Amino acid sequence: MLKLLIIAIDSMLISNIILMKFLGICAYIGVSKKQETAAGMGFAVIFVMVMATLISYLLQIYVLNPLKLEYLQTIVFIFVIAALVQIVEITMKKIAPALFEALGIYLPLITTNCTILGVAILNIQKNYNLMETIVFSLSTGIGYFIAIYLFAGIREKMEWADIPEPFKGPAIGIITAGLMSLAFFGFTGLVKM
Amino acid sequence: MNNSFKKIFNGIWTNNPVLVVLLGFCPVLAVSTTVNNAVGMAFAATFVLVLSNVVISSIRKFIPSKMRIPVFVMVIATFVTIVDLVMYGYFPQLHKSLGVFIPLIVVNCIVFGRAEAFASKNNVFDSFLDGIGMGIGFLLTIVVLATIREVLGNGTFFGLKLFGSSFSPVIVAILPPGAFLTIGLMLGGMNFINIKNREREKIRQKLEKEKSKTQKEVK
Repeated sequence: MLKLLIIAIDSMLISNIILMKFLGICAYIGVSKKQETAAGMGFAVIFVMVMATLISYLLQIYVLNPLKLEYLQTIVFIFVIAALVQIVEITMKKIAPALFEALGIYLPLITTNCTILGVAILNIQKNYNLMETIVFSLSTGIGYFIAIYLFAGIREKMEWADIPEPFKGPAIGIITAGLMSLAFFGFTGLVKM
Repeated sequence: MNNSFKKIFNGIWTNNPVLVVLLGFCPVLAVSTTVNNAVGMAFAATFVLVLSNVVISSIRKFIPSKMRIPVFVMVIATFVTIVDLVMYGYFPQLHKSLGVFIPLIVVNCIVFGRAEAFASKNNVFDSFLDGIGMGIGFLLTIVVLATIREVLGNGTFFGLKLFGSSFSPVIVAILPPGAFLTIGLMLGGMNFINIKNREREKIRQKLEKEKSKTQKEVK
């Protein structure tokens, strides 16, 4: 139980997926102009991340490892994620149209988002068991949400700031992300892995 | 010759995949802690970029447009697996320090973006040049970033000590925040140069206009 808590805090705050591990920066810069869209993207990432990590974990344990096909990991995982996003999109449209309205446009973006594949692979590398896999992927997703939502809030405020011409747009955004990353360093040492 | 040089230059400056198109930030930021890692990453990415561009452009006429994305992913994933295994076999140290970012070349937006935007519409030779150009652009960006970070943060270049014992490194440069701050400043610097160039161009055009005007008046 304690180990699960440590995994959760570690992947949410200390080694935050965006600010410390540099995964999914493209989407982080791309869809963080408004807090609303950032929240939509964040929820979509949490949702897909948990499902994709879980399915790829089961595939690795019950299919790839017994058949000694570990070298196909990359190819299999990317296909699973692409297919999963499609299936999620279709079922969501049928079962929960309201949720689809909210998350729909972000789902295709997630296929090429490196956070999902990255977490699926990291999860295998870390040798987590089933429960730890779920906690790890969920808390990593929440970490993503925290980072992108806070960042979008700062960017909304920055619209009114007087920024030097060459730094307008993405440049100042990345520098802001750097300062946020510096702030997240304050969490180091919160728990010991 | 001039034309093919232009295509390569397009990838290096005009449409630099990282600094202008803003794609593929993740590996650039993550592996630029040392120049050695940066060069390894850049070569791996260039290999995948060039070969997937060539293969995709040579089969572009046989791929139905609705099926193109899975086919692209398949081609790219194959080359990434090749790089992964070769690196694991011959450069285990480098493979270890690049870690998860080797398999993540599959979802690198640069590779995917060039397949979709260029290779699926152009002939094999042009796609090859495009891949080389984009690869060089990626390499230069990541090496410049890694040089700044390694020299400031560790006082070394390619593992060689540069300064005397009194040098105290700026550790933040090698930590994650340093990557964001450095690349942000690089982006700003590039924009600054581009803005200055544009202004100069405008003034030149204005002068030429005035010149032709006075010439007409003289006539």
